[in-house]
Amino acid sequence: MGALARLLRSLEIDLRLLGMLGALLVIWLVFHAVTGGLYLTPRNLFNLSVQTASVAVMATGMVFVIVTRNIDLSVGSLLGLLGMIMAVTQVRMLPEIVGLGHWSTWVVAILVGLAAGTLLGAFQGWLVGYLTIPAFIVTLGGLLVWRGCAWWITTGQTVAPLDPTFALLGGGAGGTLGARGSWILAALATAAAVALQWRSRRARARHGFTVKPAWAELTLSGIFAAAIFGFTAVMVAYPVPERAAQRILERRGLPVPDGPIDMAQGIAIPVVILLAVALVMTVIARRTRFGRYVFATGGNPEAAELSGIDTRLLTVKVFALMGALTAIAAVIASARLNAVGNDLGTLDELRTIAAAVIGGTALAGGAGTIYGAVLGALVMQSLQSGMAMVGVDAPLQSIVVGLVLVFAVWIDILYRRRTGT
Amino acid sequence: MTPLVEMRDICIAFGGIHAVDHVTVDLYPGEVVGLLGHNGAGKSTLIKILSGAYAADTGDILINGEKAEIRSPRDARRYNIETIYQTLALADNLNAAQNLFLGREITTPAGFVDDDAMEAETRKIMKRLNPNFEKFAAPVRALSGGQRQSVAIARAVYFNARILIMDEPTAALGVKETQMVAELIAQLKAEGLGIFLISHDIHDVMALCDRVSVMKNGKLVGTVRVGDVTEDDILGMIILGKQPAVMVQ
Repeated sequence: MGALARLLRSLEIDLRLLGMLGALLVIWLVFHAVTGGLYLTPRNLFNLSVQTASVAVMATGMVFVIVTRNIDLSVGSLLGLLGMIMAVTQVRMLPEIVGLGHWSTWVVAILVGLAAGTLLGAFQGWLVGYLTIPAFIVTLGGLLVWRGCAWWITTGQTVAPLDPTFALLGGGAGGTLGARGSWILAALATAAAVALQWRSRRARARHGFTVKPAWAELTLSGIFAAAIFGFTAVMVAYPVPERAAQRILERRGLPVPDGPIDMAQGIAIPVVILLAVALVMTVIARRTRFGRYVFATGGNPEAAELSGIDTRLLTVKVFALMGALTAIAAVIASARLNAVGNDLGTLDELRTIAAAVIGGTALAGGAGTIYGAVLGALVMQSLQSGMAMVGVDAPLQSIVVGLVLVFAVWIDILYRRRTGT
Repeated sequence: MTPLVEMRDICIAFGGIHAVDHVTVDLYPGEVVGLLGHNGAGKSTLIKILSGAYAADTGDILINGEKAEIRSPRDARRYNIETIYQTLALADNLNAAQNLFLGREITTPAGFVDDDAMEAETRKIMKRLNPNFEKFAAPVRALSGGQRQSVAIARAVYFNARILIMDEPTAALGVKETQMVAELIAQLKAEGLGIFLISHDIHDVMALCDRVSVMKNGKLVGTVRVGDVTEDDILGMIILGKQPAVMVQ
């Protein structure tokens, strides 16, 4: 065994994760070279992070759907419908009830969207779980039905502009944490990650299990901190354009200086939402009974039932969760555009499924990770915005993305065969 | 003495086929009762009714003399009925501890699953059942047939079973591991458990069981004490559905 392999084993780092990070790095470096140094800039990486958020949020839910041997083809259309419901709620309905520009508008709109998403998701899950209609068919129907419903709400009209506070959640002007907020978040996140890591080590040691050597833990802590602070530094290095900065100060009622304004973007709010969703979903997957049953059912549905797990109700819950996450993704997508048209979310179901699958979620069920799905979404978005930047024609973009998807799954199959997992 | 389990006049049909047809069996504490019969005789279906996987169309189940309502595997577990299925019923993508506690996870005060505590318990019981077992972190997919079997057995034994159902427990095992299962059965029997043992291997059955109930085409041919009959008598029951002389009297 080579020194590198020994090192990786001590650190207990997932090879699949390393492979994906490697692929991402290659994509980034190639585009950086081809664009003459425009790709790996704070500005582009910031945009990349915002563009990835919506699909990545849905991809975390798609992991659960695919792990339980189902599929959800309806998320793009459902995103469109939920976006439309939230837009109409905040632009047409709430102003008549509580008055225009009421502070609670954005909160109520989101709650309505979350409730609708959970309900529609649960309904699809009920069709799959209790009526035993294949998920492929139910959600293929959903793809058509939800898109049609979205059109019907406004007979195809675009709804805009949205509530100003709601619009911040898209990461546009003012929709970022700024420098100080970003550094505080980075410090908190690092402290939490390191604390959890060492607490878990102490717990294992208390049970008398073998633990990683202390230097390996320290190295991991260092990697966490470096990744979090590195990302934050890049986001903070991207300044808010002069005009936008003036507007933001005016809106907050702060004095606008005559000279140049030094205002950093920092981490975008949709990225904060994505990180929170990914964290919660990881905890659900690994630390709750529900998550355990999701994976058990995917691994062996019969065994799960014989263990007393209600797999039909589980299916309803998984699709309801997918619906709720689609609502969150709809908030991000519509807020970013500050408008909801009838085509919002078109083809997002395929991006979402591709992200989960590139991230190592097996269509046979039982295997998948949340961080993998988020990375998968980042890989897809990196490819797409890179090609757009280079000026690759749209048809060729589709061809490349399609080929990469098939290639990535083939590599994954080879990897599984080699490791026997 | 009251039997631990009585299954009285059990019937179940699937699409007009009487898989189990008016069958009555019982089981006493500290006793091993073998269920014998050809493939399709109805043995597995009968025990799946006891373990809650199927609900009988008619008939009663009595546990310790009292009528029991068993409609799901969860109900069966509540009566301390544990089953080792022929297929083992393991989730291949989960590790030994996650399988052992599936559906009955140990949780922290905050309600999260406590994988460390479950692994510690699994290590304890494995030390007793299969001291060579070491792969606690690996998914059970990566385990050998014998190791997988010991995970399934550990799951049945860990939760203080009073009634144990073993469906072909040695079918996938080598000689040494089969011996281990035989010793385990003797030990559990001494602890006062009642065991239903389904097996194809008539030698196993003669060696391990106190009584055998033989089924053919969904019907009970008869129940005999192993000491009262010969292997040929039992073969006659299985193949011809012929009741031996000791029973006819």
